[in-house]
Amino acid sequence: MNAITEPASVYPSHAGPPRRLSLADATILRRAARDAFAKLHPLKMAANPVMFVVEVGASLLTVLLARGWWLGLAGNGFTFQIALWLWFTVLFANFAEAMAEARGKAQADSLRKTKSETMAKKLAGDRTESVPSSSLRAGDVVMCAAGDIIPGDGEVVEGIATVDESVITGESAPVIRESGGDRSAVTGGTKVLSDEIRIRITSNPGETFLDRMIALVEGAQRQKTPNEIALNILIAGLTLIFLLAVATLPPFAAFSVRAAGAGQVPSVVVLSALLVCLIPTTIGGLLSAIGIAGMDRVMQHNVLAMSGKAVEAAGDVNTLLLDKTGTITLGNRQAVEFLPAPGVTEAELADAAQLSSLADETPEGRSIVVLAKERCGLRGRELPDAAHFIPFSAYTRMSGVDMGRRRLRKGATEAVAEFVRQEGGTVPEDAIEVSRGISRGGGTPLVVADGPRLLGTVHLKDIVKGGMKERLAQLRAMGIRSVMITGDNPLTAAAIAQEAGVDDFLAQATPKDKLDYIRQEQAAGRLVAMTGDGTNDAPALAQADVGVAMNSGTMAAKEAGNMVDLDSNPTKLLEVVGIGKQLLMTRGALTTFSIANDVAKYFAIIPAMFAVIYPALRHLNIMRLATPQSAVLSAVIFNALIIIALIPLALRGVHYRPSSAAALLRRNLLIYGVGGLIVPFPGIWIIDVVVRALHWA
Amino acid sequence: MTFNGVAQIVIFFLIVLALAKPVGIFLSRVFNGHRTFLHRPLRWLEALCYRVGGVDPEQEQRWTQYAISLLAFSAVSFLFVYAIQRLQGFLPLNPQHFGGKQVSPDLAFNTAISFVTNTNWQSYAGETTLSYFVQMAALTVQNFVSAAAGVAMSVALIRGFARRESKTIGNFWADLTRATVYVFLPLSLLGALFLCSQGVIQTLRPNLPVRTVQGATQVIPGGPVASQEAIKMAGTNGGGFFNANSAHPFENPTPLTNYLEMLFIFVIPAGLAYMFGREVGDTRQGWALFAAMSALFLAGAFFCYHFEQRGNPLLARMGIATQATASQPGGNMEGKEVRFGITDSALFATVTTDASCGAVNSMHDSFTPLGGMVPLVNMLTGEVIFGGVGAGLKGMLLFAILAVFIAGLMVGRTPEYVGKKIEQKEVKLAMVALIAAAASILVFTALSSVLRFPAHGYWNPPGPAAANVANPGPHGFSEILYAYASTTGNNGSAFAGLNTNTPWYNLTLGLAMFIGRFIFLLPLLGIAGSLAAKKRLAVTSGTFPTHGPLFVCLLIGTVILVAALTFFPALSLGPIAEHYLLFSRHALAAVKP
Repeated sequence: MNAITEPASVYPSHAGPPRRLSLADATILRRAARDAFAKLHPLKMAANPVMFVVEVGASLLTVLLARGWWLGLAGNGFTFQIALWLWFTVLFANFAEAMAEARGKAQADSLRKTKSETMAKKLAGDRTESVPSSSLRAGDVVMCAAGDIIPGDGEVVEGIATVDESVITGESAPVIRESGGDRSAVTGGTKVLSDEIRIRITSNPGETFLDRMIALVEGAQRQKTPNEIALNILIAGLTLIFLLAVATLPPFAAFSVRAAGAGQVPSVVVLSALLVCLIPTTIGGLLSAIGIAGMDRVMQHNVLAMSGKAVEAAGDVNTLLLDKTGTITLGNRQAVEFLPAPGVTEAELADAAQLSSLADETPEGRSIVVLAKERCGLRGRELPDAAHFIPFSAYTRMSGVDMGRRRLRKGATEAVAEFVRQEGGTVPEDAIEVSRGISRGGGTPLVVADGPRLLGTVHLKDIVKGGMKERLAQLRAMGIRSVMITGDNPLTAAAIAQEAGVDDFLAQATPKDKLDYIRQEQAAGRLVAMTGDGTNDAPALAQADVGVAMNSGTMAAKEAGNMVDLDSNPTKLLEVVGIGKQLLMTRGALTTFSIANDVAKYFAIIPAMFAVIYPALRHLNIMRLATPQSAVLSAVIFNALIIIALIPLALRGVHYRPSSAAALLRRNLLIYGVGGLIVPFPGIWIIDVVVRALHWA
Repeated sequence: MTFNGVAQIVIFFLIVLALAKPVGIFLSRVFNGHRTFLHRPLRWLEALCYRVGGVDPEQEQRWTQYAISLLAFSAVSFLFVYAIQRLQGFLPLNPQHFGGKQVSPDLAFNTAISFVTNTNWQSYAGETTLSYFVQMAALTVQNFVSAAAGVAMSVALIRGFARRESKTIGNFWADLTRATVYVFLPLSLLGALFLCSQGVIQTLRPNLPVRTVQGATQVIPGGPVASQEAIKMAGTNGGGFFNANSAHPFENPTPLTNYLEMLFIFVIPAGLAYMFGREVGDTRQGWALFAAMSALFLAGAFFCYHFEQRGNPLLARMGIATQATASQPGGNMEGKEVRFGITDSALFATVTTDASCGAVNSMHDSFTPLGGMVPLVNMLTGEVIFGGVGAGLKGMLLFAILAVFIAGLMVGRTPEYVGKKIEQKEVKLAMVALIAAAASILVFTALSSVLRFPAHGYWNPPGPAAANVANPGPHGFSEILYAYASTTGNNGSAFAGLNTNTPWYNLTLGLAMFIGRFIFLLPLLGIAGSLAAKKRLAVTSGTFPTHGPLFVCLLIGTVILVAALTFFPALSLGPIAEHYLLFSRHALAAVKP
């Protein structure tokens, strides 16, 4: 394959830092605080069984409190404090969810502002008529000239134009959109900067990309992901078990009171407090916030995930299909060496190569000019007016320049060899051998000829992106195989694969090869992620478990994938995988922490409840909490405050460094499992000290 | 603790360890229908069973069909055992002329459920209630088939993990037959012969009146004991021929038979753990389960042994020597047989409740509070420590699923266990099983703690349900809790001290056994079906490793944490309160040195 057959990379550079909204943004905090109260509505709470139980408990105590005040009963102060902290527990959890949503909502608002109503120039027969963009339907054809806002999603059917897509991507550099090929898709709301294009509209109002994007960031269509549902079942089940454990306590206590002849059955207030402390409120309160925040983190990387399920699946991925060009290597090859044929000097070869490349605007051509300057001190120069540039074509597989009688050509080995023979020259066997050697080494040989004279070969080389090898090694540590997809021949592919450190490669890959490879991996029980942009990528994108479509790609590709990368940066796949993993890890970590916490709470509340029956049970009060009331109150306060304390962790995700599952588990189990066992002991003790100092109990 | 005691426990464990692999391989071959050395002598019997039952052993069943077969089999067995008990007066082999008077409907109901569910809870004393025919045709037969059904369910669950994209999980009838013919029959036959050689009786003669040395007349009950004894242990049934169970010299005459009986309890469950690893294609997975079971077993055995050997502080204060010496065992010998001593009693108590056996060779009621808490906690954890034939592995896999689900997330992937994704359905079914068991124990115990029945009424003649306990205070509460833990766990051992032969207890304990067997285990069959249908995921370094020490610790932690969180309040009012009371300054002050 010839260097010049591959089009120059169309991927724009990374769009700088992604748009970020700070966690502690004042408007977000205000909005979240307001929403936390709105979420108290019982119907909304019922979706979250754990927090619903807390709300029921809080309401029950509130009623008891009202009754107590009305009847002038004793112990209202304690009831008031427990009720208050139970309400705080619910509010804190709501606040966490609202915080997670608030960022998305703020982003949606700013997107909505850009979704201005525009007039579209709709084609009706030969004339254009001006209609509001909201009246456009799929299939309509519109004209857009420089300065026009594109009225809806569509495909360029005629013309070429530069378009400002910063509304969607945040990237201010204009992109080229043209009819046919893989750069024909345009998005409603973006702006034509130059030239004029005809666009066939492909979506109906309300279903456009911008609409979907708003809905996604706002979380309007948020559905619980499978894993989230499973976790919900688990914590709901645990809640039920704790409900049983607490509900059977009064009979147990009644038996013991009779047996001991002392003490009393714990009050509803204490039992409610115990129940709330035991049920996994920490994870129950933060679960949805974690999910929303995970989606949001993907969004902040300028990737639009069509569902939370896709983000979750990203964490499970075993195999990454990475396009060589643009992902593993820089988008283009570079000349690294001149290899003159026998009897030719390097300078002579460099001179001819440079002349033939001066008018060649491809990156490869430019790199030859640069190399000629570096190696032989040849400066760039103007071609004489008489010179005639011969561009590359897939048929000739050569490019070059004609200057008077001089006919310079460079191109694929066979093509140039044929040219030399036609010109009456001979092709030295050595030169052919040099070409083969370059191919074997993963490079691309570019043979240069001056009429019948074969001057030698230019060695073009793929340049592996800096740091790529390390990232792929990290992936391997996490158990993720990387597979390089390339159109190169197997020899070249193998050499680059080795240099970049990928685990496998798919050479001379056709779209069908990709699809087959994905199916084969899936049949072996692996989950596959890939990126793609062309229409012919669509089947593979749809088949892959995680398909990231480039925003620069075709509509078909974007429809087929379950994520769209607005920056069109294929390397982003690695980050998405990380976010998916982090999301799942955060859930697991907080669940473990939440359950492990219960041990300390038992040691706070059990002696508080039962020491009146069997005074010997005061030995279980290993935290030496002051009074039964202060013990119960401290446990409840700890339980509420831990939710607030963990909101940043839930929103940001647990710390994550790529490493093997065993290492991750060891670390997280130590921090969140063992830590979760230990932390509440000093925590509750400190709160008890404060509670006593403030004379709350 | 003495060197002798520690050595006995360690040697016992080492024998179990040595047996796990060969037994596991044998079981794996049997249930895959492969040839074993027993094929030649016993294949005809297996074939005969299929021909008589009209079963095609190659006919694979979906999990629902498998479950229905199990339920149908259990239902028929239940009716059969119930009827035979009630009709024992009209049936042969009844030298003591027992009739319907000895077996009330509620007792027959309780006993029928008890033996069909492999629990062998006994609200009756065998020698004064049931004819030889009932013991042999109803109870001993159930000892075989209920155990075989238990193994079958475990094998089905193992297949769920081992198979990929399969709709079926084996054939219940084939599994039942193979377990009976190739596993329990030969094992019991050899066991019974050995027990006879040690002095266990096997007779159909009526009770023997003898004149004692002091001139009094004593009636010595007899019966076909050896044949029931072997399967009682190997099938982790635990229902003794005599009321005293394995403490009775005709059931368990020597320390050697005692050791053998304990080994019989553990040998099949240990083999099943190995078989699991072998079937899923990675024996390390089986060894990991085995390691978790072993750690919990050894911890329980030594904890129990420690507190029993330490004895009662009040006795020590009274000046009674509680130190072990060459000539006396020391410690707490109340309710223990002298021929077994403290170590073998503590070890037996741990083993019988680790597994859902329920045979006893000492009175758990007489253990020290914390020593007696070990059997109780063993049952509250769901008897996953080796467990009954099959039931333990199933329970342990349930905890493995939960452990993997929570901790698996922490490695950043959808949780998976031996290549199977753990998703909504598995979590849901696992929680159903867990909630059912917790609800049964907690709710029935709560009801029996406070329900008041009229004295001399039908439901509970002694009056309030709590009146049936022999001991006041926390110990009485432990007795009730123990009864429901034992029946829900299908263990069948009794703490004693609680009179359960009343309609209220017979009914609720029967329900607890039903829940413990079917509501707990059917979801696991559902899990088997769901897992069998799944793809097997490839193992990579990103896969949560479930074969290392880390996972073993995690699994142990999950087992303990789930049991502790569910039952800590109840335990604190029972054995824990009793322990602190016993060791309190107040109690000690009341005793004169």
